[in-house]
Amino acid sequence: MGTTVTDEKARAEAIKKIEAERPRLEFGGAVWDYAPAPESKDHVRLEKRYGLFIGGKFAPPRSKKYFSTINPATEEVLAEVAEAGAADVDAAVRSAEEAHRKYWSRLAPAERGKYVYRIARLLQEKSRELAVLETLNGGKPIKESRDVDVPLAAAHFFYHAGWADKLEYAFPRHRVSSIGVCGQIIPWNFPLLMAAWKIAPALACGNTVVLKPAETTPLTSLHLAKICEEADLPPGVVNIVPGAGETGAHLVNHPRVRKIAFTGSTEVGKLIQRATAGTGKRLTLELGGKAANIIFEDAAIDQAVEGIISGIYFNQGHVCCAGSRLLVQESIAETVLAKLADRIETLRLGDPLDKNTDVGAINSKMQLEKIREMVASGIEEGAEIHQSSCSIPARGFWFPPTFFTGVAQSHRIAREEIFGPVLAVMTFRTPDEAVEKANNIPYGLSAGVWTDKGSKIFKITAKMKAGVVWANTFNKFDPSSPFGGYKESGFGREGGVHGLRAYVALSGE
Amino acid sequence: MQRGEVSRESVEVRKTYKLYIGGEFVRTESGRYDPIESPKKKLLANVSRGSRKDLRDAVAKARTAQAGWASKTAYLKGQILYRMAEMLEGRAGSFEDLLRESRGTTAAAAKREVRAAIDRLVHYAGWSDKFGALLGTVNPVASSYFDFSVPEPMGVVGIFAPESPDLLGLVTHLAPAIVSGNAVVVLVSERSPIASLEFAEVLATSDLPAGVVNLISGRKEELAPHLARHMDVNAIADAGEDTALSKSVAEDAAVNVKRVRRYAIRDYYRENAQGLDFIEAFTEIKTTWHPIGV
Amino acid sequence: MSTALLLDLAHVPRVDQVGVEERAAALGKRSIKKSAKQAGIRLAISMLDLTTLEGKDSEGKVRQLCQKAMRPLPGDPSVPHVAAVCVYPNLVPAARAALAGSGVKVASVATGFPAGLVPLPVKIEDARRAVAMGADEIDMVIDRGAFLSGDYGRVFEEIVAVKDACGSAHLKVILETGELETYDNVRRASHLAMGAGADFIKTSTGKIQPAATPGVVLVMLEAIRDHYRETGRRVGMKPAGGVRTSKQALHLLVLVKETLGDAWLTPDLFRIGASTVTNDLLMQLAKESTGRYQSEDYFTKD
Repeated sequence: MGTTVTDEKARAEAIKKIEAERPRLEFGGAVWDYAPAPESKDHVRLEKRYGLFIGGKFAPPRSKKYFSTINPATEEVLAEVAEAGAADVDAAVRSAEEAHRKYWSRLAPAERGKYVYRIARLLQEKSRELAVLETLNGGKPIKESRDVDVPLAAAHFFYHAGWADKLEYAFPRHRVSSIGVCGQIIPWNFPLLMAAWKIAPALACGNTVVLKPAETTPLTSLHLAKICEEADLPPGVVNIVPGAGETGAHLVNHPRVRKIAFTGSTEVGKLIQRATAGTGKRLTLELGGKAANIIFEDAAIDQAVEGIISGIYFNQGHVCCAGSRLLVQESIAETVLAKLADRIETLRLGDPLDKNTDVGAINSKMQLEKIREMVASGIEEGAEIHQSSCSIPARGFWFPPTFFTGVAQSHRIAREEIFGPVLAVMTFRTPDEAVEKANNIPYGLSAGVWTDKGSKIFKITAKMKAGVVWANTFNKFDPSSPFGGYKESGFGREGGVHGLRAYVALSGE
Repeated sequence: MQRGEVSRESVEVRKTYKLYIGGEFVRTESGRYDPIESPKKKLLANVSRGSRKDLRDAVAKARTAQAGWASKTAYLKGQILYRMAEMLEGRAGSFEDLLRESRGTTAAAAKREVRAAIDRLVHYAGWSDKFGALLGTVNPVASSYFDFSVPEPMGVVGIFAPESPDLLGLVTHLAPAIVSGNAVVVLVSERSPIASLEFAEVLATSDLPAGVVNLISGRKEELAPHLARHMDVNAIADAGEDTALSKSVAEDAAVNVKRVRRYAIRDYYRENAQGLDFIEAFTEIKTTWHPIGV
Repeated sequence: MSTALLLDLAHVPRVDQVGVEERAAALGKRSIKKSAKQAGIRLAISMLDLTTLEGKDSEGKVRQLCQKAMRPLPGDPSVPHVAAVCVYPNLVPAARAALAGSGVKVASVATGFPAGLVPLPVKIEDARRAVAMGADEIDMVIDRGAFLSGDYGRVFEEIVAVKDACGSAHLKVILETGELETYDNVRRASHLAMGAGADFIKTSTGKIQPAATPGVVLVMLEAIRDHYRETGRRVGMKPAGGVRTSKQALHLLVLVKETLGDAWLTPDLFRIGASTVTNDLLMQLAKESTGRYQSEDYFTKD
């Protein structure tokens, strides 16, 4: 790679100078601005205290421990949630095993599917309640929980419900059966959606589930448990055991769990891979990422800028497949960065419940500290920081939309996952250089490629070492579309025909 | 003929069995060897006892070769695998002799194994331009995008070949890994490495690009952990017999989230010891989205 | 056409249909409530080009329209007058007389509206006479046939000539986006029109559907933004055709606000061409202030 740090810095300086001489756009809202438009919380019935959902009912934990779950936008406590200890996890696994043996694995597949359809419908019916709850507990903008998380979660159940009686078509020449108890551990960035990604295919394929939501965002999973109750799902088919890493470890190490599905950090993923090695447990991992978003000079630039924005600022950048590295061709770097600087000024940061909020709260204090630490390293290593001038609320955890220019491939901000609204911008000159830089990372979850030239799309997307490649778009998801990583971003796919593989046992295995 | 007798016949030229790395027949850099004897305790050959540096070299060669191999057309890859079958067929007799001599199997058993190995190569040659159509999908997403998923090679795959059947076992795991565009580093049968090393000559004469298949003989217990911990190996096909070693390999593989597939195939001759599943095991699914518009 | 212009056109950014429509739709989801809605509706009213462009238009009809333009809601001085009344050239004098001293501008379509398929001297004369009769603003049409056949030079030169004929009157250039069909064409035509001296670019004549779709408006606003960044000149924007509801009008304001920023939220730089949206704006305004849903019977149809 011929570009040195000094080249990148010089370029950043030149761009800055040109920018200073340019006519500016003002987005302060001085002429006309939107009034606050908060979504009402009235519709959500929060309980003071949530038990564990084991064997079809909520019950106090054997661990006798509870933890507080908060609203990261206000730091207010929303509820107390039971923490599952070893005995609780054991009870949940046994209940799941019994449900699998006695009922769920014997149920006619089409009937199984009908239960899953019921869950999909109930999610749709309760969409507003769930969206508000997700936003309260996770800090994400209501427009995202309303338009993305909840509808997609329902869609995942709807999609997989239909597979229940068609698995033989997905695996021709095989006898297909269920695996048994699936231990599923999900992250805090898309709490309900990740629960759906995990539970829907597991149930459709005839397995039963013990799911551990993330410790900062247990509420929608617990409300999903209520939905399972309401759907009259047989007791024990779905069990929800909130807790932190220790609870997860109990689940991973439980001998009666036949399959582990984990979405989270690469660091923890590796521990789980080690822990399950040689045990015969099946494993799928959906881990970290550091996706390159490559903008070629012949791209539809304004849409590419939107792709950059949704790539890194969607869900505060708490997205494993976020386009956190922008690779922009030198000939258009100046234009793209000017547009990007303008565009981040129009992002509205604030009350996640406000329907006009684009950037919500950072999920936790810990995550905020991590983001700050990474940003400090970027500054220290000599990259130039650009931030939205938006104001930051006094309480809660917040970080403004940020990008760095003058970034070298070796900077920490260009190599490590930040999991926040922070973009590292680098430039390239030729397609080969773009491909080399994009793939020069241990991760391989996703990538973006922007060009108006059809043949170039096929060439470059084929060269990306990444499981999901968005060409002329970014951060799009669908239950029918397989999602998952290359390299240290994990293995196995979720969604689509390929996603079923993780939840079936085939003859000969 | 007794030792010390003066021969009137031409003296036999014996073969040195070397490692096969980057398309070259090389001695182990360690200078070590393992004597391989026939069941009747006759010394057959001094086979290179590969070292971790040999392994390192092999992985580097495999990495270099992989992208070019993957970019060859499916048609060409299929023809090269078919050529491997042709080459093996052409030397079937000598492979049968080797198997018979090194393992003490009957002529019929040796013949059966060579026939099966040839058939397996032909089987995978035919898969080359078909597996993609069966493993790929077009996904009907609920938005204005064309969305499709295709299988791609994982990259560099480490293979622990089974101890027995050494030749058929080698071919069983090697062919499906390379047909999808992977490059492989194989630890061949430790007890009976000779036929596997001889197979390098088939590889070398089949237009297979150098480095796509690398064969290393030696002690699995010594070498396997290095392969499992190698940061530039993407996946491992483990058909070894040692369960304890397999467990530690699976643990070590977590260093870079390697994909590990453990094989315990009881009968390598059965039809279910081949097929699409063996190819799929070492492919990644890539999903691509593109807007549909004007 | 000059090589420079050709080279310039080659560098007009391409537009991805799905991407631009997603962005426009996302902006359509902005929640405009209460005080923001009231202020937005007043702003939208002040930006209206109240339009009548029918063969049966008469002086009487135009005079009625002018009354509505000057006092959209009689008895409520907080509701501003509209920006302009837009008519055919023959009706300019009537509009001029009716609007005298009100601050409402007179706009006239010209240049062989709506097809624009008349010889250039006729177009020039059409514009010149409309100005002479008292038009403050001229809404010209481009020759879409020439544009679509690649004769960009001709389109460019016609705009230059008409601009010259307009003198001090403001020139709005109608692209008739429904006939250009693709966003790439819209973007290129916007660039061409601004380069040739347009004061405003305008989506449509109102005679062709689709007209001022959110996607088209966004593409044109982006073209204006780039033109401003490159030249420092602020070109105005006028969506016209198919804008019937307050929701649509507010959506247009959102598009402007978040693409071009505060400076464009003025009738000097943003207009909405419409014939029927006014009453819906007034009804929404009344609903906001009274809390009651409104009936058409209480608002004059002019």
